[in-house]
Amino acid sequence: MTENSFKIVYKLSVAVLAVLIAIAISAIVLAVVGANVLDAFYMIVFQPLTSIGHISEVLLRAIPLCIVALGVCIAYRSGIINIGGEGQMAMGVIAFTGVALAMEGLPIFIHLPLAILAAILGGALWGFIPGILKAKLKVSELLSTVMLNYIAAQLYSLCLRTIYMDPAGGGTPMSKRLSSSVFLSRIGRTPIHVGLIFALILAVLVWLLMWKTTLGYKMRAAGSGARAARYGGINVAFYVTLAISISGAFAGLAGAVEIGGVHRRMIEGVTNGYGFAGVVVALFGGLHPFGIIPAAFFFGLMKYGVMRAASQMGIPANMVDVIQGITILVIVTAQMIMSNTYLQARIRRNLGKLILTKKEREEIAQNRAEGGAK
Amino acid sequence: MNRDSLAKKRSESESKKITSLKMEHITKRFPGVLASDDITIEVGEGEVLALVGENGAGKTTLMNQLMGLYQPDEGRILINGEEVHFKGPNDAFKAGLGMVHQQYMLVPNMTVTENVALGYKKAWKGIKLDLKEIRKRIVEVSEHYGLLVNPDAYIWQLSVGEQQRVELVKTLCLGAKFLILDEPTSALTPQETDELIALLKNMTSELSIIFISHKLAEVKALSNKVTILRHGAVVFNGNTDDYSSSEIAAKMTGHEVELPENKEPDMHGDVVLNIENLTVMSDMKVPALNGLNLQVKAGEILGLAGVSGNGQRELAEAINGLRPVHSGKIEFYGDEFSNKRPSYVIKRGMGYIPEERNIEGIVPPFSIKENLVLKDSTNKKFSRGKSIVKAKDIQKNAERLKEEFDIRCPNTSIAAGSLSGGNIQKVILAREIDREPKFLIAVYPTRGLDLGAVQFIHNELLKKRRDNVGILLISEELDEIMNLSDRIAVIYKGQIQDILDHKDATRAKLGILMAGVKE
Amino acid sequence: MNFVVQLLSMTMSFSVALLLASLGEMFNQRAGVFNLGCEGVMAMGAFVGMLIPFTIGQGGAVSMWWYVLSYVVAAFVGALLGLLFGVITVTFRAPQGIAGIGLQMFGVGLAGALFRTFVGGTQSIPTIPKLAIPLLSKITYIGEIFFNLNIVAYLSYIFVPVAWLILFKTPWGLKIRAVGTHPRAADSMGINVNRTRYEALAFGSALASISGCFLSTAQAGLFSDTMIAGRGFIAVALVYFGHWHPLQILGGALLFTFAQSLQTGIQSLGISFPYELLVMLPYVLVVVVLSFTSRNDTMAPAQLGKPFNREIRT
Repeated sequence: MTENSFKIVYKLSVAVLAVLIAIAISAIVLAVVGANVLDAFYMIVFQPLTSIGHISEVLLRAIPLCIVALGVCIAYRSGIINIGGEGQMAMGVIAFTGVALAMEGLPIFIHLPLAILAAILGGALWGFIPGILKAKLKVSELLSTVMLNYIAAQLYSLCLRTIYMDPAGGGTPMSKRLSSSVFLSRIGRTPIHVGLIFALILAVLVWLLMWKTTLGYKMRAAGSGARAARYGGINVAFYVTLAISISGAFAGLAGAVEIGGVHRRMIEGVTNGYGFAGVVVALFGGLHPFGIIPAAFFFGLMKYGVMRAASQMGIPANMVDVIQGITILVIVTAQMIMSNTYLQARIRRNLGKLILTKKEREEIAQNRAEGGAK
Repeated sequence: MNRDSLAKKRSESESKKITSLKMEHITKRFPGVLASDDITIEVGEGEVLALVGENGAGKTTLMNQLMGLYQPDEGRILINGEEVHFKGPNDAFKAGLGMVHQQYMLVPNMTVTENVALGYKKAWKGIKLDLKEIRKRIVEVSEHYGLLVNPDAYIWQLSVGEQQRVELVKTLCLGAKFLILDEPTSALTPQETDELIALLKNMTSELSIIFISHKLAEVKALSNKVTILRHGAVVFNGNTDDYSSSEIAAKMTGHEVELPENKEPDMHGDVVLNIENLTVMSDMKVPALNGLNLQVKAGEILGLAGVSGNGQRELAEAINGLRPVHSGKIEFYGDEFSNKRPSYVIKRGMGYIPEERNIEGIVPPFSIKENLVLKDSTNKKFSRGKSIVKAKDIQKNAERLKEEFDIRCPNTSIAAGSLSGGNIQKVILAREIDREPKFLIAVYPTRGLDLGAVQFIHNELLKKRRDNVGILLISEELDEIMNLSDRIAVIYKGQIQDILDHKDATRAKLGILMAGVKE
Repeated sequence: MNFVVQLLSMTMSFSVALLLASLGEMFNQRAGVFNLGCEGVMAMGAFVGMLIPFTIGQGGAVSMWWYVLSYVVAAFVGALLGLLFGVITVTFRAPQGIAGIGLQMFGVGLAGALFRTFVGGTQSIPTIPKLAIPLLSKITYIGEIFFNLNIVAYLSYIFVPVAWLILFKTPWGLKIRAVGTHPRAADSMGINVNRTRYEALAFGSALASISGCFLSTAQAGLFSDTMIAGRGFIAVALVYFGHWHPLQILGGALLFTFAQSLQTGIQSLGISFPYELLVMLPYVLVVVVLSFTSRNDTMAPAQLGKPFNREIRT
């Protein structure tokens, strides 16, 4: 076997093994929580693919996942891990609803773009804060984004309980139904909204941005080698802050499409774990926009499947988090094993020993003996 | 402390004497490299074996196998005729081996005593760590060998020379009867080097030594036997006294390598880089440069000699906008560089070969061609309207530079981080030189490279000098500095001690200045 | 005055969770491993702590020994999770930040899933009773604040100097500090770097898990999906704030718990104030404190977050 073909076989086997391990661990957890494993897998992974109705529900969940994950991808490639999607999305929702409620009566072609812009800015602000803190004060974004998630969650609840609350809602923390001038139109008779098209266009745009523009080049340089980038005259602090601000803007946009396309009023739990799941989707998609699209579909499937399994089979809804956690752990481990040339060489050598012909072995033994005699 | 108790301590701590040590047919493979290729070496009682070879010849790897840090794929190790298997350094210590690594293996935020304690397992009494006992042992050993150390000092407080002593004391405290020294003089001044050689010579009455070096004067001064490695294999074995330095050098590289010398007449250009009263803080927020003054002219190579850690890194970084300037000025062709962004400095024609080529000189996961435009991504040569990358032109540029600078790689799309050190340095050199800089700062440009690459880089630097480019060459290799420089400045504790004309510079003079002594 | 005493006594009895988790994280980080999965480990500990007394007593009172058992099991589960994290980040050298997020999701999710299965809805258990120290607890104010805690709290405060002793006066502590700062040097001295990191991870994660167990058994008397509420992340931040030193970490834990207690305290006073702003306070405080904590620290484990590979020279 040549070195290159061995490399491919090695990587493929690691990938297959990783998938098997992830499935095996999930199966064990499912068994522990008392589910019939095969039935559960069927319900979670396959049944949602069996009808148009199910598939559109899956797509509906894939839209925000995809948008958030694209943002995570930009940030990750630029050297900053954005796990603040949850908070940024919440800020997007707050901003979107604010504009929607405050400027009622505007025509849709002004009102909707304004509301979306507000959501983008809200998310971007929540991305900018950890960005600037990292760039200027070296605050770990892993901690600051998580803290900002909690802060945003409190702001969210505060808004819902006070200024946004629907007086006719009987004390339920939710806003009134928004005016139709901020609705995203739906496609055909399905519940799918035009956010789907946004997501696909954004994927292409992200790809162009990161690999075809000098801006993307600089952001990737900042992410792949901050010291070298700085040495090369690239303002790393600026590009890192910019990247996570863009990332936040994406999450804010995801919040906007959820409100304008799905809920059409602000309620509790809109962010629904999309922020964290976006990180998983981005990693699962290989941190590449064209990988993120199928990855978002897959995790949309999982989210929907587990939700159905929860209501119909009594499987805890937290299984989504469990599976996402396992996915991250398995992916990061598998990546390291794949790129470990030392391990690869050792396995190749040991395999080589097993499949040497008898003649070759004799030759080696003979060489050894002659060497010893010298 | 009297000698008797010391002798008693030692007899209970140590194994029997090592009268012979042999490594037979050692083979070790790393991905894509045969690091040790069927190597056999032998050392007898009281002998000093010099293990000589170029950077990357596999000397350190071989010794790491002797210490149990790596396991050989094939071959065996014999001590006093008996085969031994070292699973880790602990086994090697028990057998009486001790190694002083090239990069000192000392934990900076622990004291000397604590550092010795890491290996001194006898003082690990259950959950109690008997630091008093270790302290006593350190004092005994340092008095016995005349190696003065303060057991309570933190490592980060010590100078390089002091750390070297701590390393030796540490190794001896652990009961070494057989010392392995990996390039022990690389960070010392010439005078400190002489002292160390004298000290080691004295020790040979009690110890055997394997001494790794590529400095042949030291090899001649200290060793009885010499083994030369090239590309992981033994190419020569012999008695040191039977061969001259130049014979050994020729065997080391396998072919004659004549390093170029700067023999051309002085250019007497104008001062283009003028540094006055420069004060810059280190990472620890203490002054690393302390009112430094330095002038470099166009068309001259100014060599900056000094023990590393005296402000060289900070100087290069301050000039290139990578480190804030506390006070003072940096004038470059009339432009003020203090506290400017790196991009400002780059635009004004400054070229910079940084110290850490693997992480600062290149973006490791980026391809070679991407790295070659690191400073020019928005240049109109490589981008449309400063925003869209011109992939084809970047590719062409890379192909051209690959040929011109002899960068050995299958293609220019592979990650630059996967290249060897010499080729990485060529990528950096190609980028910096092809930008046609007005000035070049080269920091330790040949550290760790083989002689072929060193020759290449020296030639390129001299070529630039002929183009009337000023060059600030920062190096710890005195030979390199003396070969190439028109003038030699010596830096010590963040100040220029003195500047010598290259005709007046001798190793001895520079050594005294490097040690901080002013005449 | 009464209000202040009440706040302080609440701070003393509730800061245990942050303190233990943070000390655990300190051991991880001293050994060079950045374990962001602390939150997930705490969730598992909280679940285990609740599960045993609940299963035995079905919500009623149970013998204290069952609580002891739940702490032991929690420590064991925590150590296992620590070892799992070790396999991923120490043996396979995966990037620690993102792997920590994975562990956090896994731990929080698993705890919630198991809770649904084995306990069901919201159920409460009796909390571990307070143990007033004779005489001392009678001192005005002081007694109320410092000497009227439960046994776990007393032990946790005693553990602070013990942690210091472990770190600076035992061979194990010496190893931990060495492998976090200069693993190559430790390796050359015959110390098994990866093994030491595994040990630190097991120990540190056991502490984090015990801290979660404290939350469910001593503080809340119940388990819920959101009960950790970012304490695991705050604990990680506290390690920076406390400069990897047990005493300073204690100070940080008290400060942050005080901020958390304000919310309960002010609400109990009946002052009308958007409580969300008070709940927010500790999180804001973390961001502010992290911004002003110096990153150039001689005590910092220099190789924090970097996997060790003997065969790759840097």
